Amino acid sequence: MENLVNIFVKSIFIDNMIFAYFLGMCSYLAVSKTVKTSTGLGIAVIFVLGFTVPVNFLLEKFILKAGALTWISPSLGDVDLSFLSFIMFIAVIASMVQLVEMIIEKFAPALYNSLGIFLPLIAVNCAILGGSLFMQEREYANIAEATVFGLGSGVGWFLAIVGIAAIREKIQYSNVPAPLRGLGITFIITGLMGIAFMSFMGIKL
Amino acid sequence: MSTEKEPLFSPKNLKLLSEPLGKSNPITVQVLGICSALAVTVKLKPSIVLALSVVVVMAVSNVAISLLRKMIPPRIRIIVQLVVIATMVILVDQVLKAYAYDVSKQLSVFVGLIITNCIIMGRLEAFALANRPWPAFLDGLGNAAGYGVILILVAFVRELLGSGTLLDMQVIPQAFYDAGYVNNGMMILPPMALVVVGIIIWVQRARRKELIED
Repeated sequence: MENLVNIFVKSIFIDNMIFAYFLGMCSYLAVSKTVKTSTGLGIAVIFVLGFTVPVNFLLEKFILKAGALTWISPSLGDVDLSFLSFIMFIAVIASMVQLVEMIIEKFAPALYNSLGIFLPLIAVNCAILGGSLFMQEREYANIAEATVFGLGSGVGWFLAIVGIAAIREKIQYSNVPAPLRGLGITFIITGLMGIAFMSFMGIKL
Repeated sequence: MSTEKEPLFSPKNLKLLSEPLGKSNPITVQVLGICSALAVTVKLKPSIVLALSVVVVMAVSNVAISLLRKMIPPRIRIIVQLVVIATMVILVDQVLKAYAYDVSKQLSVFVGLIITNCIIMGRLEAFALANRPWPAFLDGLGNAAGYGVILILVAFVRELLGSGTLLDMQVIPQAFYDAGYVNNGMMILPPMALVVVGIIIWVQRARRKELIED
């Protein structure tokens, strides 16, 4: 249990998807103009990461890893399909996004309408594929750890995008040098926020 | 379709190649492909390798999609594009693992992340789906090069100031260190990549007034 809490806190603050790895920057920069839309997108990302990381974990464990196919028959023990992981992961992500989209449309039409186009765009959000690839690289022991890691990464991304959106709303009243306005200043603010987030690094979990 | 043959390097085609390097640079102007770019720019070598990988993936997948453009049903085009890109990325990844294992370890997940690099999807959607293979090839080459230039520029600044080396070779002489020069450790930290890109954008927009946002 303690272990799970550690992974959760670590993936939110220390290994933050945006500030430590720059994943999902494209939608982060494009959608962070207002707090309202970025909240919606952030929640959708938490959703999708929380689903896809455990599903891909099962895929990795029972199909892709070297020797993972022994549960079908022992003669398949030396089959290593790990070179297929990119294509499998992206297929899972694309279909999960589709599924999540349909579920939200059915059970929460209000949320669905407010998310609009951003929901399908999550399929090409690097943070989602990055979550699965980091899960593969770090070799989490069981599905609970993988799920918690997925959720934590999503929450970290959510915090980052809502934070930058709030700052961008305020900065409209500031006198930023003209060539720096818009994209440039957003980059620099993100850098500064990243430095602030790095102060969590010293925390030993 | 017109029957008259356009020369391979007509001014229009050359423009496809040169514009992404400056005026419509994928990173600083179109804001595409930042995701997988910045975390690898601590050192010059992995950045160059990643830039080359993107050039290969992008040029080939642009041509492939352009050849298939009349056959792809619009509703499932995103999945088709992802499959083409993913296949290319797997090839590149396997080649890197075979011939440059150290670099491929350093790049870790970022080779895989070329798949979701928005610059590739973006160019496929915006250009390859509507153009013939040769212009699509040039467009892919130009955009990937524009992306690579920024990547290498950022890596150059970060490695020089952060570690005092270029391509792992010491360039700042020992005499400087003896005189009290210290490497800027901050440059090695990931957030500084963003600040460096921010400054590049600043310089570029200060020189090209038409790019300034309101």
